[in-house]
Amino acid sequence: MAKPRFDIRVQPGFGTVALFTFAMLYLPIATLVVYAFNASDSLSSWGGFSLHWFYEAAENQAVQDAAWRSLIIAVSAATMATIAATMAALATTRTPPYPGLSFKYAFINLPLMVPEIVTAVALLIVFAKVKVWTGYSGLGYLILAHTAFCIPFAYLPIRARLEGMDQSLERAAADLYAPPWQVFRRVTLPLLRPGIIAGFMLAFVISLDDVVISEFVKSGGQDTLPTYMLGQLRRAVTPEINAIAAAFLVLSVALVTVFFFINRKKA
Amino acid sequence: MPEPSPVPDARIAVDCHGIVKQFGEGPRALRALDNVSVAIRENEFFTLLGPSGCGKTTLLRMIAGFEYPTEGTIRLHGEDIAGLPPFKRPINTVFQSYALFPHLTVWENVAFGLQMLGWAKGKIEARVAEMLKLVHMEELAQRRTDQISGGQAQRVALARALAPAPKVLLLDEPLSALDYKLRKEMQIELKRMQSETGITFIFVTHDQEEALTMSDRIAVMSKGRVLQVGTPWDIYDKPAERFVADFIGETNFLSAAMVGIEEGVARVRLPSGIEISASLAEGYRPAGEATVVVRPEHARMVTTGGQLSGVVENIVYFGTDTHIHVKLDQGSTFMVRQQNSRSKSCGASVGDRVGIDIAPDAAQVLRD
Repeated sequence: MAKPRFDIRVQPGFGTVALFTFAMLYLPIATLVVYAFNASDSLSSWGGFSLHWFYEAAENQAVQDAAWRSLIIAVSAATMATIAATMAALATTRTPPYPGLSFKYAFINLPLMVPEIVTAVALLIVFAKVKVWTGYSGLGYLILAHTAFCIPFAYLPIRARLEGMDQSLERAAADLYAPPWQVFRRVTLPLLRPGIIAGFMLAFVISLDDVVISEFVKSGGQDTLPTYMLGQLRRAVTPEINAIAAAFLVLSVALVTVFFFINRKKA
Repeated sequence: MPEPSPVPDARIAVDCHGIVKQFGEGPRALRALDNVSVAIRENEFFTLLGPSGCGKTTLLRMIAGFEYPTEGTIRLHGEDIAGLPPFKRPINTVFQSYALFPHLTVWENVAFGLQMLGWAKGKIEARVAEMLKLVHMEELAQRRTDQISGGQAQRVALARALAPAPKVLLLDEPLSALDYKLRKEMQIELKRMQSETGITFIFVTHDQEEALTMSDRIAVMSKGRVLQVGTPWDIYDKPAERFVADFIGETNFLSAAMVGIEEGVARVRLPSGIEISASLAEGYRPAGEATVVVRPEHARMVTTGGQLSGVVENIVYFGTDTHIHVKLDQGSTFMVRQQNSRSKSCGASVGDRVGIDIAPDAAQVLRD
């Protein structure tokens, strides 16, 4: 075959740009991870290999508390967001199209476009009032806030899965004497499972990672792992923060990998 | 052939009466079905035949309960079911896409309806085994549905729909995805299963050949209306309208002039000036211009004479027979179908002047 005159894959400077971009992305992260294994107190001068800072972080009560809190919030928020998103996805895909449906899609996905800081400030103001009225100041606020901004993330893969599903399967189940609840339980739900798992994990990672809204909404002594790390950076910084960040990175990558494989299987 | 005697209501399985289905409202409203009435008898292989968009699938979905009529009633053995949801109707469907549950095995697919009906475990096992045997799929019971071929999926879909012993089985173009040979096999299989189970089959297809070979009766549909209901013989030999004649098989249309009517038989003058007899639909008394139809196999090419004459325009060989297209002196084209034999060719070549002989009783005046 003759060589085509123009090939989108062969462009001058393509390699350089790619290399630069990847370096910008991954070099800082690589440095951060490498210094998590630094034996010395410094973030910039290498003092030999050690797991010292990982032990230090693991034994730090504040880190333990923050990690535990992050996990509770992420699991609760992701669970509630997934349930809400599943219901929203069913309601927006299993009805004949009607005027206002695309408005509904936009409305569900709007939180993706609202600047996070706006949501954060708004929640801060509302929750401040609610705290005064009710006297309650527990983790509930953080969980609610996280649930709210996680819903669109959970909604997207679930809706995609529902739209890709052959609707004659549900019709076939109804035809074979399954009442609506059984159609959902025996056919829709099992086929939707990969979408639900994907939605849950996406919501989980997003919640785990959140700084801005958590920082605004949390009451005193309610640090999550990211807000704790942010707080630490304002004080004396040791490679302990690198160790926490490295552990966090591994967890996120692991989750996203699992998410990828679940999505690929039976897609 | 005598008209079919009126059947008492008790033997009607599905009675659709005055069905109207309208999508949308106002000037942009679409009438998918326009005052459709058909009565499908018990134990009958009934086919809804028509081009895509004629409303046949909409009618089927209505009988299944996936659509609700805008107007009209649907009765199953006399009971009005138009308002019942699909899961409360003793009617099962074989879907065009088969719609097998991909997360279940072949066995679980066939057992699904029985489980939903709350059958006892032992009874389900026996029934599923029986059904898988009926469709020759016993060996593959534990396969996942993505591990079987299209023909096998078709059989599983059939077994799944037949397992609960429905009163009526609906089949939505179930053979359209199969290749020619498999389709022919399944046509015979379907016929066998229908007679073995004694279940009323309502079959939807756009394939007129499939409809003619399989059906006890056919309803020909076009643009949301039923044009004719009858046996394959009725539909083919006594088409009620131009659309039916044109859609089913191949037909020659001749414009002719009415000369007279005697004892229910018309005398018509062909464009060539020759008069022939043509049958008439009962009670139809046209005058002036009329359209006469002649099936290609009811005409013969002759070298001299004939009621029509023209020049051979094209000869198409089909294996079992040959189609000879003759350009008539009056302008239109007439097709003759001639059986092939080993010993001789069709007896003419392109450009030859030939005559056409129409068999007695073959011509029919069409209701326009």
